[in-house]
Amino acid sequence: MKLDPETIERLKQKIAVYREFLKNWLEPSNLAQLRPKLEFQTGVLAGFALIASVLLGVTNCSTEGTIQQRLDEDLKKSLEEVVPAVLYDNDMLTDTVVIPSAEYNISADQTTVYIAKKSGQVSAVCFKFTAPDGYSGAINMIMGLDRDGTILGVRVLSHKETPGLGDKIEVAKSDWILKFAGRSLDNLIPAKWAVKKDGGEFDQFAGATITPRKSVQAIYRGLQLFKAHQEQLINP
Amino acid sequence: MFLSETYRKIAADGIWNNNIVFGQNLALCPLLAVTGTATNGLGMGLATLVVIIASNGLISVTRHLIPSEIRIPIFVLLIAALVTLVDILMNAWAHELYKVLGLFIALIVTNCALLGRAEAFASKQPVKHALWDGLMMGLGFLLVLVALGAAREISASGTLFANASVLLGESFRFLEVTVISDYKGFLLMALPPGGFIMLAFLIVGKRLIDQKLAQRKLSLTVLTPAIAEEES
Repeated sequence: MKLDPETIERLKQKIAVYREFLKNWLEPSNLAQLRPKLEFQTGVLAGFALIASVLLGVTNCSTEGTIQQRLDEDLKKSLEEVVPAVLYDNDMLTDTVVIPSAEYNISADQTTVYIAKKSGQVSAVCFKFTAPDGYSGAINMIMGLDRDGTILGVRVLSHKETPGLGDKIEVAKSDWILKFAGRSLDNLIPAKWAVKKDGGEFDQFAGATITPRKSVQAIYRGLQLFKAHQEQLINP
Repeated sequence: MFLSETYRKIAADGIWNNNIVFGQNLALCPLLAVTGTATNGLGMGLATLVVIIASNGLISVTRHLIPSEIRIPIFVLLIAALVTLVDILMNAWAHELYKVLGLFIALIVTNCALLGRAEAFASKQPVKHALWDGLMMGLGFLLVLVALGAAREISASGTLFANASVLLGESFRFLEVTVISDYKGFLLMALPPGGFIMLAFLIVGKRLIDQKLAQRKLSLTVLTPAIAEEES
């Protein structure tokens, strides 16, 4: 598009007029006169709200993809922690099965199970679950199991337990959670799925019994969830 | 002096005299919640510093537009929008840092000190002063957070700046020190009541220093006239 010099000149003048007007309008003395007026106040509040929501909306939309990508990376990292890399050659994030889990008290009506496959055959499964009744809130965990339901690994993803006492369930603080590897419903009777204080197999911590007790119970319920759907999960 | 009188006064107010915690007794909720360790204190301090500078600047820029009748809703709107923006942007572009600081960023909204600065300072002062005030108030808050975090961490577990490398990157691992080796731990200090107790000690300490300073000033002013008389 080509504009003749006359039009450009006219446009420039117009812009100059608008700029002059805006400059005068934004003068503190002019604004001081406007501020007590009700319609000005309404307009300002609406203007601020509009600008804030547009800004937030635009930022949210433009970062949504990136944030999802980051979350996927996080999930992938936790999946890799509990399922050894030699066991699969597929993309677990997209290979999922959703099973109902409302009756297992793991804070989810439905659980997404990530399926690990080696040369097309299911080698392991992995899912997140929650102990809703930790000492000071939910304990979120992730667990990897092989085809037979033997634990490959369990990790705590997030929790609010007491620092210095209950936080020994984290792998960074103690090796307690590693003791679950190799356990299954077949090689440990139900009564032994408890802390030693309750006659079970697993250590409690000095000064913190509830955290490990509830963690063990949640892991046990997770195993039961897998067992109930084992056929469906390993023979798709 | 490279700073003018006004700037020096703002700096002294922000960091010591009118410190958010010691002077104004504000922001106790985020303060006590996160200062279990020095590292957490540092993280919260940095996040707050960024937001308070930005909110002070924004409010000062728009101060002539904002009628006093509706200033509070506008300040709240601006601060909440700002915190949410920082939260979203950090989640997307600084995800590792976000995983450590994320919890604290949402907590900044509960920090009444930001609203306090907006109301008491930024809405009445030119932009340069408001930004400087935000920086100094933020620094003052950061110092208290780190001091309280450090005091609680040492007394609770005998370490200092544990996990600093997670927050700041591997190159800051040198910050992680075990102050008292073979320490059995003192759980109370890691829990919220320990925060209150330690904060009380810090405030007493500040008062004592202020008292000493005031006494010295007093003795100086008593002396000065005598000297002046002698000279005349």
